[in-house]
Amino acid sequence: MDGVHRLLDRVDVRQNVVYVGFLVIFLFFSVTLWDTGFLSSRNLINIVLQTAPATVMAVGLVFVLSAGEIDLSFGSIVAVAALVGAVVMQEASALVGIAAALAAGCVIGAINGAFVAFLRLPSFLVTLATMGLFAGVARTLTDLRSIPITNEAFAGFFGSGSLFGIPSLVLWTVAVVALGHLVYRHTTFGAHVVATGDNAAAARACRVKVTRIRLSVLVLSGACAALAGLLYAGRIQGARYTLGEADLMIVIAAVIVGGTKLNGGKGSIIGALFGSLLMGMLNNGLILMGLSVSQQLIVRGLIILAAVAISLREPAR
Amino acid sequence: MPNVSNAPALRLTDIRKEFSGLVAIENCSLAIEAGEIVALVGDNGAGKSTLVKIIAGVHPPTAGTIEFAGKTVQPTTDANRNDVEVVYQDLALADQQPVYMNLFLGREKIKRPLGLLDRRGMIDEAQALVSQLDVRIPSVTATIRDLSGGQRQGVAIARAFHWAKRIVLLDEPTAALGVAETARVEEIIKTLRTQNLAILIISHSLDQVFRLADRICVLRRGSQVGIRRTAETDKNEIVSMITGLA
Ligand SMILES: Nc1ncnc2c1ncn2[C@@H]1O[C@H](COP(=O)(O)OP(=O)(O)OP(=O)(O)O)[C@@H](O)[C@H]1O
Ligand SMILES: [Mg+2]
Repeated sequence: MDGVHRLLDRVDVRQNVVYVGFLVIFLFFSVTLWDTGFLSSRNLINIVLQTAPATVMAVGLVFVLSAGEIDLSFGSIVAVAALVGAVVMQEASALVGIAAALAAGCVIGAINGAFVAFLRLPSFLVTLATMGLFAGVARTLTDLRSIPITNEAFAGFFGSGSLFGIPSLVLWTVAVVALGHLVYRHTTFGAHVVATGDNAAAARACRVKVTRIRLSVLVLSGACAALAGLLYAGRIQGARYTLGEADLMIVIAAVIVGGTKLNGGKGSIIGALFGSLLMGMLNNGLILMGLSVSQQLIVRGLIILAAVAISLREPAR
Repeated sequence: MPNVSNAPALRLTDIRKEFSGLVAIENCSLAIEAGEIVALVGDNGAGKSTLVKIIAGVHPPTAGTIEFAGKTVQPTTDANRNDVEVVYQDLALADQQPVYMNLFLGREKIKRPLGLLDRRGMIDEAQALVSQLDVRIPSVTATIRDLSGGQRQGVAIARAFHWAKRIVLLDEPTAALGVAETARVEEIIKTLRTQNLAILIISHSLDQVFRLADRICVLRRGSQVGIRRTAETDKNEIVSMITGLA
């Protein structure tokens, strides 16, 4: 009896939209694109490689949304962190460059977090402002120039390399998702994040350090964005102010479709992974179908709309 | 020198509370023994919730002392957090989380050595707790929002019972409930009394007060009007004390 209830608790249709959607779209492309090489292992791995940065950003965003906040600035943090890393690497070792990039992400996240957690300003407005602010910083940092990264080890570690035949971007995806899931589902911090987003007053009454949670999730999001920036930088062996520019919509869609609630209290890291893979697969399939860029935008928008509608609609009660 | 062993679970002496000039509570003195239920009654704005928040350490009193089992407590410190638990009217539960996570919110069980959440342990302990209090919910893994108002209040009271070492404060625990659900919650409250907790309950229902309480403390516009044994008074007397009309 108890077991049945527990099973029913887990099988929440809305939270599983992403897996069904993933399967349906995968089958659809497999049939319609069978002669274009969609199903080739090369193409499928490519999808995972291309979505790696988005997946990493999505993991951070799950924490932010679950805590009842939002981060619109992570795309700009990607560019700033990648550029900071690349510039530092011109003078210092790769390790110092990586540390500098991650530190930049954390500092920007902490700036967002300070406004949100201590001043209690709405995160939507704070990060809307810093999104523009740090996009501007990214442009001025190197005067719109792209900065090459010549360090081979760096490019291998974050981009084109592999370990035991597994591409490093796949390893990064797996590592970040596994760690994110562990923290989200199996630590006190994760439990306090969802409780804060669910009912901040209740959480505070139970001595949850709500302010610290709000600050932490935005720092975490900054750190994830910085790591995503390093992954992009490793792949193109350099940094540019345009990195991460187009990711905002895709990542938010991936996370929401993956079963994370926009207004907090509930989320899923594994769902976000599949949401991100779904977005990557759509991108890939629509290109292979020969759709023009404008057609792709329309179709992708419609599919995201449908998925979001299904996953967000509250059942009548 | 207070006699600690025989001291009441809770003793308030000459509590006074002002909010920037407005006197919300004055001359309030009250002692509650372990295993006793005291009802706090009074009109809207009489200061009942304010008194509960003072005991819970949310607001420091402007003057007066609070003792738990004979020991004077410094208000609004965490040192006494396990002595007293509050059940608020507006339910401090996280709606989208399961029952067991709400029961352990802020005090989660973790597994050594990694410090990961011990969900199994929390589920088992929650199960034992709701059985002990006979809180009738489908499962401790059910989500709060899928429960009825009475079941939710049952969960909130179970949480207070589980963590409170001495005192449980209930601020209008059945205000939003129907007749059957109110009866269920009252049963749970009576179970708390048998567990040797001191209970202070705020209620606007005099019927309920007379069903549950051993004594009744009446507040009128922040002042304590009097304390009566339930067995030695009746509704008419309490009503006139509340309203101030003889
Ligand atoms: N934080 C506060 N700041 C200023 N005034 C307050 C505050 N909290 C309560 N008061 C005032 O103190 C008085 C007592 O309020 P309280 O909430 O304790 O009443 P109550 O007896 O619980 O009423 P009700 O039956 O309506 O719940 C009211 O005049 C209220 O406006
Ligand atoms: Mg009140």
